[in-house]
Amino acid sequence: MTARVGIVVFPGTNCELDVQWAVESLGGHAELLWHGERTVRDVDAVVVPGGFAHGDYLRTGAIARFSPVMDAVTAHAAVGGPVVGICNGFQVLTEAGLLPGALQKNTGLTFVCDTVALEVVSTRSVLTNRAERGAVLRIPINHFEGNYVCDAETLARLRADDRIVVRYVANPNGSLDDIAGISNEAGNVVGLMPHPERASDPLLGSADGVVLLESLLAAAAAKV
Amino acid sequence: MRYAVRIDVTHLPGVLDPQGATVERALPALGYANVSEVSIAKTIRLVIDAASEAAARTQVDEMCRRILANPVIERYTVDVDEVVPT
Repeated sequence: MTARVGIVVFPGTNCELDVQWAVESLGGHAELLWHGERTVRDVDAVVVPGGFAHGDYLRTGAIARFSPVMDAVTAHAAVGGPVVGICNGFQVLTEAGLLPGALQKNTGLTFVCDTVALEVVSTRSVLTNRAERGAVLRIPINHFEGNYVCDAETLARLRADDRIVVRYVANPNGSLDDIAGISNEAGNVVGLMPHPERASDPLLGSADGVVLLESLLAAAAAKV
Repeated sequence: MRYAVRIDVTHLPGVLDPQGATVERALPALGYANVSEVSIAKTIRLVIDAASEAAARTQVDEMCRRILANPVIERYTVDVDEVVPT
């Protein structure tokens, strides 16, 4: 059965169609979920895509977490459903308490738009179950607030529990422990700053994001 | 009762403050070489109807913890003044 992926759209989200295109190009079914809906319908996986949800007012992701759809996303995550937050979506998931820590402004005080090398650290997550540990992927980043921060205790837990999903090979933003993406304890909720959907076809300069999206589709199909 | 509330949300020590850092670098260029520790933060003002100042403070504190500040990277202080009708 085709894996069904729901893509959450807040006012100000701008990467939803890229994610939809990438998912469908890999044989998945993708549909958009408006933030005012109180349901994620019958999707198998949820993606919270990049952009500037609610204008990033107050703090990035701060207002989005109170959108009606987020209760349904949280419930979906609670029963083991795959949830992936990309870029602004990562910020939304930390504000919503689905992932620990926060994303602060980049060191160097600059917006970074580049294609960077990522090392796959954990293959336990819904985004990396098809990848190889230690593999290096070239994936675009595009953010001002991508500098991951958390307290020492949380970092120790992330390391000990194999929850650091991907690390930057050359840290572009000051992120703690070179963290580019983390997961929750069960591995079904993942947040990352890089955009796998923008590396989903050789025509885009890299197809290294395909293995990540295929991992998500595999996790979604396993749930069907 | 009606209370005017001022909430200052500042960065926790160690959290990057690009605006503060940029201004701190700009000031010496204007001859103010003796300025340090510049930080630029958020001020939120609001008016709240509550039974007492204590009740107002309790609610503001809850709002700060739930949405107005992010305890991972920010801290906040609250000032409450009763609004006297004129």
